[in-house]
Amino acid sequence: MEEALLRAVLFGTPILLATLGALLAERSGVVQLGVEGMMALSALAAFAAALAFGPSMGILAGVLVGAFLGLFHGIFTVTLRANQFVAGLALSALGLGASGLLGKRYEGLPLPAPLPEGGFALLAFLLAFLLHAFLFYTRTGLYLRSVGENPKAADLFGVSVDGVRYLALGMGGGLIGLSGAYLSLAYRPAWTDGMTAGLGWVAVALVILAAWRPLRALFGAYFFGLLFFLQFRLQGSVPIPSEAFAAMPYLLVILVLALSGRAQAPKALGLPFERGR
Amino acid sequence: MRLELDPSPTPAKVAWSYGAFFLLTFLLLALLFALYGVSPLRAFGLLFSVVLDPLGLFEVLRRAVPLLLIGAGLSLAFRVGFFNIGAEGQLLLGAVGAAYAALFLPTGPWTLPLMFLLGGGLSALWALLAAWLRVRFGASEILTTLMQNYLAYYLVVYLVAGPWKGERVFGFLYTDTFPQAAWLPRLGESLVPWPTLLLGVLAALFLHFLLFRTPLGLEWRVLGDNPKAARYLGLREGRLLLLVALLSGLLAGVAGVGEVAGIHHKLLEPAQISLGYGFTAILVAWLARGGPLFTLLTAPLMGVVLAGGDLLKLELSMPFRVVDVFAGLMLLALIGAEALARHRVVWRR
Repeated sequence: MEEALLRAVLFGTPILLATLGALLAERSGVVQLGVEGMMALSALAAFAAALAFGPSMGILAGVLVGAFLGLFHGIFTVTLRANQFVAGLALSALGLGASGLLGKRYEGLPLPAPLPEGGFALLAFLLAFLLHAFLFYTRTGLYLRSVGENPKAADLFGVSVDGVRYLALGMGGGLIGLSGAYLSLAYRPAWTDGMTAGLGWVAVALVILAAWRPLRALFGAYFFGLLFFLQFRLQGSVPIPSEAFAAMPYLLVILVLALSGRAQAPKALGLPFERGR
Repeated sequence: MRLELDPSPTPAKVAWSYGAFFLLTFLLLALLFALYGVSPLRAFGLLFSVVLDPLGLFEVLRRAVPLLLIGAGLSLAFRVGFFNIGAEGQLLLGAVGAAYAALFLPTGPWTLPLMFLLGGGLSALWALLAAWLRVRFGASEILTTLMQNYLAYYLVVYLVAGPWKGERVFGFLYTDTFPQAAWLPRLGESLVPWPTLLLGVLAALFLHFLLFRTPLGLEWRVLGDNPKAARYLGLREGRLLLLVALLSGLLAGVAGVGEVAGIHHKLLEPAQISLGYGFTAILVAWLARGGPLFTLLTAPLMGVVLAGGDLLKLELSMPFRVVDVFAGLMLLALIGAEALARHRVVWRR
């Protein structure tokens, strides 16, 4: 039982970090569908940097690459006001593809000093509270939320809509990058192509389930973590094919989407902001 | 400095916007090739060398068939505002339906039509589910169709490793070979099944006609261009969406039937059935700018990329992921260029 809870938290940690990252971007009104690709590429960057310069540089590289990709998303969605969904899907494909391509030489290499999973888990737990405090108790957080709800009003009050969105995308990208770093430095201290295994998409759905609230994301992530653990544990011991367990998270995402809808989404989510329109 | 809407960009501006972004795409791709340790020139040369010999062209055509079928449906779906990202899964469902008809139903001259009926129907239902979830619960079809891809993937893995595993295959994950009655004829000595090629061309023509020459098409276009106006006009949004989902799912399913009946002659691991057609077809549809007819051009174009990617894999032992990179960069270039053309830079706040 205790083991189950521990593993649930450890399985849930990468989902939590990625969810927090996507949540931050979406609170500012930008749909973030690039998570899966961003995780993959930052996991590779973290692994490569950790091999070359040590584990702390690995974390830094993961976070920086994630933040860079978030800002890259911003060029298309914020400055150019392109279709946010397509930009995110393209970013996912690009990240997955580039990581598979560039990561080939790292495939199968061991990491000399893996980082403890517990440290990341604790950090992610604290970050959820920190993000909650940031969004709901600071001025910048208020600006960020208002840009996601009503960019026109925020603009009239002198808030830079584009600036806030870049900030949210960059910070969120950093969190998604941290999630990637956890995967390749601690959770499974190695690099394999496709190691993100759909976790990024789970995170995207979890943002909706959590109704764009960091503390609810905390519960959701650990719940998914528990499911992943059960899938892992029950395989072979019950007369249900393992593929059914593997498909479970995705089925749950569909159920979650059907049950929660998008009623509580930030009102300007997905809409590019044009002054004077 | 900021960007403002430019209501009527000049053709020259549109041209340089697209030119700039495509140049950027190729530069980034070249950088990636160089980082991987391959001369960019050699890689590009290989990628596009498939158009130079007949065998290569047949490979391109083989890849273009599913891309055309799926792309035609998706270009319609995107035009109407139904962002079907699940073609990959719909293709797999089509393959499952076809395999069931070929392996478990009595064979005869009706086998092939039955395969198309069952495969196409199954994937149409699969796509309808996502549309229904959107209409009924407001669930984003981008996410539901995407998740359905994974579900279809595991369904196929389960089938080929479990109940449908072939009796005459040892250790391999595929079904027995289909009976001859379930094989699609091919073009000469090539691997191109001509019936699905024909179906793809007809589908592109038919959908174009439907979209631009019928009252239904007009309603679809109104819904896609301006959902608010559609509601104001009293158009039945739900029905329009369900229909478009059904059509795009059906065509992706037909593509799946074509792959197993025309090329493999058995149901096998999902990654070997699809080769990324579902995602590449998104690009085919996006390149066609909402006109199903244009997929007749863009599908072969992306067929070149897929066939060229194969060659890169063989000659330079590159992972096939290079195609994902290409697709991602091209999509970004497309939407970036389009956006840039529609805006002008203003040097004040």
